[in-house]
Amino acid sequence: MKTFNYHVPKAVKEASKLASTSSAFLAGGMTTIPSLKLGLATYKDIIDIKSIKKLSGIKVSGKSVTIGATTKHAEVAASKEVQKAIPALAKLAGNIGDAQVRNRGTIGGSISNNDPSACYPSACMALNATIHTNSRKISASKFFTGMFETALKKGELVEAVEFEVPEKADYQKHPNPASRYAIIGVFVAKNKKEVNVAVTGAKSSVYIDKDLSKKLTSSFSSSSIEGIKLDHSEMNSDMHASSEYRANLVSLYAKKAVEAC
Amino acid sequence: MTKITLEVNGKKVSKDVADHTLLSVFLRDNLNLTGTHVGCDTSQCGACVVHVNGKSIKSCSTLAADIDGSKVTTIEGLAKDGKLHPMQEAFKKTHGLQCGFCTPGMVMSAVDLLQTKKNPSEQEIREWLEGNICRCTGYQNIVAAVKEASTKM
Ligand SMILES: Cc1cc2nc3c(=O)[nH]c(=O)nc-3n(C[C@H](O)[C@H](O)[C@H](O)COP(=O)(O)OP(=O)(O)OC[C@H]3O[C@@H](n4cnc5c(N)ncnc54)[C@H](O)[C@@H]3O)c2cc1C
Ligand code: FES
Ligand code: FES
Repeated sequence: MKTFNYHVPKAVKEASKLASTSSAFLAGGMTTIPSLKLGLATYKDIIDIKSIKKLSGIKVSGKSVTIGATTKHAEVAASKEVQKAIPALAKLAGNIGDAQVRNRGTIGGSISNNDPSACYPSACMALNATIHTNSRKISASKFFTGMFETALKKGELVEAVEFEVPEKADYQKHPNPASRYAIIGVFVAKNKKEVNVAVTGAKSSVYIDKDLSKKLTSSFSSSSIEGIKLDHSEMNSDMHASSEYRANLVSLYAKKAVEAC
Repeated sequence: MTKITLEVNGKKVSKDVADHTLLSVFLRDNLNLTGTHVGCDTSQCGACVVHVNGKSIKSCSTLAADIDGSKVTTIEGLAKDGKLHPMQEAFKKTHGLQCGFCTPGMVMSAVDLLQTKKNPSEQEIREWLEGNICRCTGYQNIVAAVKEASTKM
């Protein structure tokens, strides 16, 4: 592993100031450290943001659940308040990776990294999340811009993620047996005005499947999407699953999620 | 360089470490605690699991400087006064190991499970050990060991 300078700022302003084109924020480190070890990334400065107190914690109101950026997956999974307000979100967090990944990995790191097979981005999309940064609020639909890409600018820090509380929701994932990342994951949310079906793992970045969402908005039952054939032309094909298989899994897991709602 | 102070297996240690030193490297190379194993480059095998402030984490994916001020327990810290920890006894009794490479991580991970869940079901044990890979045993006896230990802890 190449050397770097390790910084532990106590405030967001200081963290943001330290950032450059050759730096990374360190939250759980569950992506950053393995990438450094494998030489996939090198940085001059590693800026640990875990000592910034205001970035951690969970707030639940009637209409929304707000999770601080450095809140760990294990904390979200174990939160009684999240379990009550959005059980699907607690379940999603509790199925990320393994116990040790969940004891370190954070929601801010997960969405900022925007791995095409990460779980949280699908919840953000389906639950109309607002991403609070140190300079603005970004809607989830504008935040995830492409494979490992987000709308974040240099030095911009995610402070919290605010989810709308849905009427019902569920997340179903077909995990990669080695890493537990989603080969595909489907987050179905029945919100007041519409149903959102967000899909991760299938394409280069998370997306809302318009067909499935429309059909379920007009009738929220698994029979309304029974046997639906999805276009697989833009879907990923790799050693784990062909694009045709992924397309089939997406409609199957969307059905499962609706039935579990 | 950063000066870090940790409590490792009940003993205070203070050392200067290069900023990019991994906790696994610090334990093995600086403290000679080679019970913590390193089995992969991808944070997936779990051989390196130790406890930091009571919670199991992967020491291969954590910077030593990041946990400055924490309490660390490694596999060497489980036995007390020459007596094996109940989880170690259970692995021995049920043949929960063959080559033993994965065992330190398995044991540390399983101890963490029993701290949070007194009587886990077989399913819960298997799910919890998701991040610990064993190339030898086929897991049956590992699960049996954790079950056995759960009646003793
Ligand atoms: C074995 C293994 C299995 C996994 N399985 C899954 C899985 O099943 N599902 C899943 O979704 N994920 C999975 N993950 C990923 C894991 O859940 C972490 O969420 C993810 O690695 C990133 O979070 P982190 O806190 O570790 O971020 P870090 O590694 O610390 O940071 C990642 C990136 O995000 C940036 N960043 C971090 N915090 C912020 C912030 N607040 N603002 C702006 N930028 C920030 C950093 O600069 C860096 O570029 C797995 C990881 C491993 C190692
Ligand atoms: S050495 Fe494999 S997970 Fe740490
Ligand atoms: S006993 Fe050999 S790897 Fe598990």
